Amino acid sequence: MWKGTAKTKKGANMIYLDNAATTQVRSEVIEAMLPFLDKKYGNASSLHSLGQEAKTALEESRAKIADMLEAEPDEIIFCSCATEANNFALKGLAFEAKKQGKDHLIVSKIEHHCVLHTAEWLESLGFRVTYLPVDEYGVVKLAELEEAINEKTFLVSVMYANNEIGTIEPIKEIAKICEEKDVAFHSDAVQAFGKIPLDLKKVDMLSLSAHKIYGPKGVGLLMKRKHLRIQPLLHGGGHEFGLRSGTENVAGIVGFAKAMELALKEMPRESKRQARMRDKLIKHALQIPESRLNGHPKKRLPNNANFSFRYAEGESIVMKLNEHGIAASTGSACSSPKLEPSHVLLALGLAPSEAHGSLRLTLGRYNRMEEIDYVCKVLPEVIEELREISPFWHKKS
Amino acid sequence: MYSEKVLEHFRKPSNMGKIKNASGIGKVGNIVCGDVMWLYIKVGENSKGEEVIKDIKWQTFGCVAALATSSVVSELAKGMTIENALELSNEKIVKELNGLPPVKIHCSLLAVDALHEAIYDYLEKHNRPIPEKLAKKHERIQKELKEIEKRYKDFLELEKRLEK
Repeated sequence: MWKGTAKTKKGANMIYLDNAATTQVRSEVIEAMLPFLDKKYGNASSLHSLGQEAKTALEESRAKIADMLEAEPDEIIFCSCATEANNFALKGLAFEAKKQGKDHLIVSKIEHHCVLHTAEWLESLGFRVTYLPVDEYGVVKLAELEEAINEKTFLVSVMYANNEIGTIEPIKEIAKICEEKDVAFHSDAVQAFGKIPLDLKKVDMLSLSAHKIYGPKGVGLLMKRKHLRIQPLLHGGGHEFGLRSGTENVAGIVGFAKAMELALKEMPRESKRQARMRDKLIKHALQIPESRLNGHPKKRLPNNANFSFRYAEGESIVMKLNEHGIAASTGSACSSPKLEPSHVLLALGLAPSEAHGSLRLTLGRYNRMEEIDYVCKVLPEVIEELREISPFWHKKS
Repeated sequence: MYSEKVLEHFRKPSNMGKIKNASGIGKVGNIVCGDVMWLYIKVGENSKGEEVIKDIKWQTFGCVAALATSSVVSELAKGMTIENALELSNEKIVKELNGLPPVKIHCSLLAVDALHEAIYDYLEKHNRPIPEKLAKKHERIQKELKEIEKRYKDFLELEKRLEK
């Protein structure tokens, strides 16, 4: 078996191609965090020196992050994860908008479940939701967005780039439409930050997560422009400008700031390097008969490749790859707790037979070209093996 | 998530493939997740003159659980009398695999259904009496298969074209 760069607990090395799921925390980040898990354990709300030490670290991190997002420090609200940030953006604004008699929001059909299920829940409370369709590549249809906005619309939420297929959305254009129509615009940029430059000038709210950029799990943030009023989800001691109560995760936030800083610094080089590996994967995978690339051929994240292989089932593909020491993921129905194929793949108009055989490979800073060469060799064998077992597959030679 | 036993069958499945001139074929589909299994049996006689499953092969389009249950069902049923094979239950299969994740239990139904459907096919072809329970099962399977055929229209049309 090829020795990949990622260590597993058994000591075997894996080729980790699931960086859209989560990433390995970088050593610089761990180093920055450790003092706040150890001696600098103060509560940032305490008056004494230990508390103030934590408070200083918290505010320095906030200022750094604000700078990176071209925002003001009091526009950065830390929370536990991007799921919370997305819930917060939608629900927080919905409850505020209701006071002004607005009850309509627009989300794309390919949002993460934490946006879609929040929208559905708001619908159950009487809000109205438009689920915006996408084209065959997963790009939101701008004309339909313009049409969907009405005088009752208070929010448009479209992700910066999709987590499954890597398609980058026309954020600038969407933000412009929202500005013209005076509707708040929220974007989930969890997968995009650190991979592509973000244009945030006209974005009113933005969600980010630390663990997708080599930071720790359990910390996320919502960037929210000052002019926008939203209601908190968590009430309590009035932390985070009264918008998110709960003792701040100082170590996590310090690690988050460090991870963001390093991600931006490395982005120009890393995105090019990863794009080369991605393109190699795409080139080789598409040589497999009856395969297709999911997502946009050009407007896609540098670290994302997503394929469908007909006549092979996704969970089996992932588990076969696992046997070869390769970590990947799938949108197959068999892999989801509800046994439904990925809503993203279905929104692209894929046939169930294609959604059933999907494979996502997402690269990261630890991957090397040698690993990709190995994957390019193993993948056709794995697909062939599974097709041999399938009743539908006939060798067309 | 999966037991080591499941993974063993997944890695090295038994009796994979097709039987030409099979005595019975069971084609089943799982309407929940979309997995599909075709199972072939060859019926013969054992030394006591009883009707037994002499050979068994299968083809499955599905997840790890579907492949593992296909494999284990084929191992268990091989050499069994028709009567005993009809008594095989999915509880037995799940037990044989040292359990399956709860969400995957439905996959274990697929393999047992395919086996019983193949026996139905054999009995019907030979104008033999069909137990009431088996007939009922056949009805349900056929209904589900229609749903699945709709889902995989593209696959099945291709197959028809190739058979011509």
